[in-house]
Amino acid sequence: MNAGAVLAPGSAAGSAVVLDEPLSLWGGLDPATGRIIDTHHPQLGVTLTGRILVMSGGRGSSSSASVLAEAIRAGTAPVGIILGEEDLILAVGAAVGEELYGVQVPIVVLDSASRTQIRSGDRVAIGPGGTVTVGPSV
Amino acid sequence: MLAGSAGPGTALAMRLVVRAAEVTSAPRLLPITGAHVDSCLDHGQASLDFIDRLAVGDTRVAVPTTLNVGGIDLLHPELWRGDRELAARGRAVMEGYRGLGCRPTFTCAPYELADQRPGLGEQVAWGESNAIVFVNSVLGARTSRYGDFLDVAAAVTGRVPESGLHLSDARRARLVLRLGTDVPDALLDEDSLYPILGAVIGRRTGSTVAAVVGLPAGLPERRLKALGAAAASTGSVALVHVVGSTPEAPTLAAALQEGQPDAEMVITLAELRSQRTALTTGTGSRVGAVSLGTPHASYAELEGYMALLGEHRCADTVELLISTGRETLHRAEASGIAAGLRRAGAELLVDTCSYIAPILRAVNGVAMTDSAKWAYYAPGNIGVGVVFATTAECLASAVAGRVVRDDLLWGEA
Repeated sequence: MNAGAVLAPGSAAGSAVVLDEPLSLWGGLDPATGRIIDTHHPQLGVTLTGRILVMSGGRGSSSSASVLAEAIRAGTAPVGIILGEEDLILAVGAAVGEELYGVQVPIVVLDSASRTQIRSGDRVAIGPGGTVTVGPSV
Repeated sequence: MLAGSAGPGTALAMRLVVRAAEVTSAPRLLPITGAHVDSCLDHGQASLDFIDRLAVGDTRVAVPTTLNVGGIDLLHPELWRGDRELAARGRAVMEGYRGLGCRPTFTCAPYELADQRPGLGEQVAWGESNAIVFVNSVLGARTSRYGDFLDVAAAVTGRVPESGLHLSDARRARLVLRLGTDVPDALLDEDSLYPILGAVIGRRTGSTVAAVVGLPAGLPERRLKALGAAAASTGSVALVHVVGSTPEAPTLAAALQEGQPDAEMVITLAELRSQRTALTTGTGSRVGAVSLGTPHASYAELEGYMALLGEHRCADTVELLISTGRETLHRAEASGIAAGLRRAGAELLVDTCSYIAPILRAVNGVAMTDSAKWAYYAPGNIGVGVVFATTAECLASAVAGRVVRDDLLWGEA
């Protein structure tokens, strides 16, 4: 798989959770539980904690940076994020999470052909430099 | 700054600005003349941890900086109906930002302040979606969409990445939205058309810069404000050119920078009707609350509410909540408008917003609003059913205690 553009550095591995629609973390993720709480989202109730979050975009709410940083503090955040487009807001949220709590949540922008090969439940690893490897389901 | 010569807080701010420059492929940083910071709203312990860390080393903002709404109304704390610890943290976050030297305006409509109106082409860093779209579109100043943390980092460093909407090319309209010829002229003269149209624009454009054609020239600011706030709620709109009204769009050709659009679409009356219907999520005719002033009401808007209320008083069963900025409230208190509105039964809320803070009493009935933004967020945030209506209908309903809405103009009687 092609390496992606790195929005936030780090390495991570986990089970993928592929969202059918973009999710705004603000109003969409409860940082206390790590669950999706947007009632309009098809994956309402799914837990993102410890997983590799894969989605086309972040829907850009400007408060999503705070929600990501708070989820990192609370230990409920995804361990890594793969996006279809650049998202400055999530990048800044991850940067602040690292500054305050010393936890890296890597964020990578992957081309659509590579990203859409990933299925929920696949074992996905993000490496330094934005490499993404997909293993069998775990 | 990066090396820490200006203190550890300033170095942290510079690291964030540099990260943003890397992410957006900016070749260098640009100086800014001012900032509007949205980070002062509490989103959890991380909000407080961040401002505490940023403040280390007596950090100060480098440019004049206003503050967006926070979690609580510092002037009327008795209006808070939620958890006391949360109120304390909300207050601590707000005070933390004031400690950086930011002006404690606590308003989502900083452009209503006479001295916070940057001029055409001026480079600034603003947060808060409705303020961003207003400063870019209506004032023609230049900001990217700055979210939490980065807005204050820009204010502290006085720098932003040279990328995005700071550059002329990114401000060119890529999409033309033409108002359909089936939209009657009478609707164009209705204030309530503009938030509905804004909501449609947001859905159609996402984050693409659009030029809107077919509206009367020289639209008043209140209509552009409502249009922009709605567009920035349903989409990630940061700039919309309204041809004939906004400064970078005296003509369609100017908005397109003499180029060709990628696409052109028509907004029909049917689509506007359908959006108007979608903004109403509440059912029943009993009104429990009426919320006006999202974004925060200007002084002229407060005068307008008073004129519509006249000698009437709102029903005892209705909570009439009007949100505004504290500096606008001070002016209204000096002139007597605030006293008049309170006599009519209104509560005046400053520093925060009635859909982010636990302010409303238990609402027995629907909540009415003239704001598409409030109608969009309130059901999810505070769990109320909303009826969207004109300002006049909202106030008439507050007086009557039941929904008063005239659908004739929309051909849906």
